[in-house]
Amino acid sequence: MLELPVYLDYAATTPVDPRVVAKMLPYLEQHFGNPASRSHRIGWVAEEAVVEARAEVAALVGCEPREIVWTSGATESDNLAIKGAAQFYQDRGRHLVTVTTEHKAVLDSMRALERQGFEVTYLSPDANGLLDPDRFAAALRPDTVLASVMLVNNEIGVVQDIATLGALCRERGVLFHVDAAQATGKVAIDLSTLPVDLMAFSAHKTYGPKGIGALYVRRQPRVRLEAQMHGGGHERGMRSGTLATHQIAGMGEAFRLARLEMADDSARIAALHQRLKNGLMALDEVHLNGDAVQRVPHNLNLSFAFVEGESLMMAIKDIAVSSGSACTSASLEPSYVLRALGLPDELAHSSIRFSLGRFTTEAEVDFAIRELASQVGRLRELSPLWDMHQQGVDLASVEWATH
Amino acid sequence: MAYSDRVLDHYENPRNVGSLDVADPQVGTGMVGAPACGDVMRLQIRVGEDGVIQDARFKTYGCGSAIASSSLVTEWLKGRTLDQALEIQNTAIAEELALPPVKLHCSVLAEDAIRAAIDDLRQKQGAPA
Repeated sequence: MLELPVYLDYAATTPVDPRVVAKMLPYLEQHFGNPASRSHRIGWVAEEAVVEARAEVAALVGCEPREIVWTSGATESDNLAIKGAAQFYQDRGRHLVTVTTEHKAVLDSMRALERQGFEVTYLSPDANGLLDPDRFAAALRPDTVLASVMLVNNEIGVVQDIATLGALCRERGVLFHVDAAQATGKVAIDLSTLPVDLMAFSAHKTYGPKGIGALYVRRQPRVRLEAQMHGGGHERGMRSGTLATHQIAGMGEAFRLARLEMADDSARIAALHQRLKNGLMALDEVHLNGDAVQRVPHNLNLSFAFVEGESLMMAIKDIAVSSGSACTSASLEPSYVLRALGLPDELAHSSIRFSLGRFTTEAEVDFAIRELASQVGRLRELSPLWDMHQQGVDLASVEWATH
Repeated sequence: MAYSDRVLDHYENPRNVGSLDVADPQVGTGMVGAPACGDVMRLQIRVGEDGVIQDARFKTYGCGSAIASSSLVTEWLKGRTLDQALEIQNTAIAEELALPPVKLHCSVLAEDAIRAAIDDLRQKQGAPA
């Protein structure tokens, strides 16, 4: 029997793997020490756990353990990387470059810097969600201090060509930050060869706990940051605050498992992705958002034309997914990521993000296909847009009374 | 977000879904909203010789609250004269469905749809709108 609701929202967060939970628990009770306590064994045990976890995080992404700075999550890592580098290097220049489809943690950090007098160039991706390296190169200026491009997009799952983009930054002496929150355990990351200076990680997208993340800060050539959190000088002064030993141990274990199981997980999830995609795209007027090839199989973002996303989510209440339509917000704006791809409004309002993970089964995928097929059909019977489409009316030619 | 039981009821069992003949002189059609805003309502009414609304039908592209608002007004419209129909206020729709503040625009849209359908009918029948 299927357990309902079926969870297909792994890009929002993942369950903590039971093996991760087991690793974390001792650090809540018996090994409760402060890793910064150097004067007794209780502190040393906690510190050992932090050292081990730091090595595991580093091993997954091919860097040195001492290049890893613990934070509260990818949002904090993005903030620290972008604001910290921009502020530290502002004498070099006050211009930054990013992409309109970045996560809000990047975009809003950029906005904050604009209020401090920095200038930011926001590049649009192509219709497939990928950033054209030539356009990226053209945006880099002599006064550009930092560029930020995410590795795997959270909404549409496309994988940016970080190696090429990073090389363009290197040639021009521009620091390169990469938000990799959605990438760990899904794509191979090797910072020993990638021209990347800063990279943000999150535990809870990779079967670790919420509330913990990390920032990679390159040592050679050395990257320096203005701290955003001041206090006891933890993490080499870049991020003060008592280390959350149990969270850190959990992130380390989660990243260790990701390293060992990524190949098997990815192959299995790629098969499930294909099954879900084939099943859903067999319906009429279903559009894939984001590049079909340069993507992670964990994400499938589809627009079910002429059906509004929120009502569709309501109809498939036994399936936990996300919609690019945000009718609940006061703005009634569809997803800014889908708009950035140039999607017509009715498709942007009609999108559903399915994200698959370690515990997704074939039976769950088949259930989702059946539910979607029946509910999309039902809602289209209710939809005046579907009616018009059936009658051959071009919706773009209609003069709508926008409100 | 949580939906009220009344919204869920209309959403799951929408009343009077469908279309009436646009060309029928006794039928008024109102279409309001826009795909860009995430909701489009099409409301149709048919009046008898006595000026009373005999039938009302809708189709709506939009969230659950938009579908429920249009379903509800088709129930309320039947048996009313056009002047009585114009008395239906968005606040009454919102109250009946217990719409939260972010969904009030759905009830406004439903009221607009009633007005648009009646305007269309009156224009067809040559009466002052």
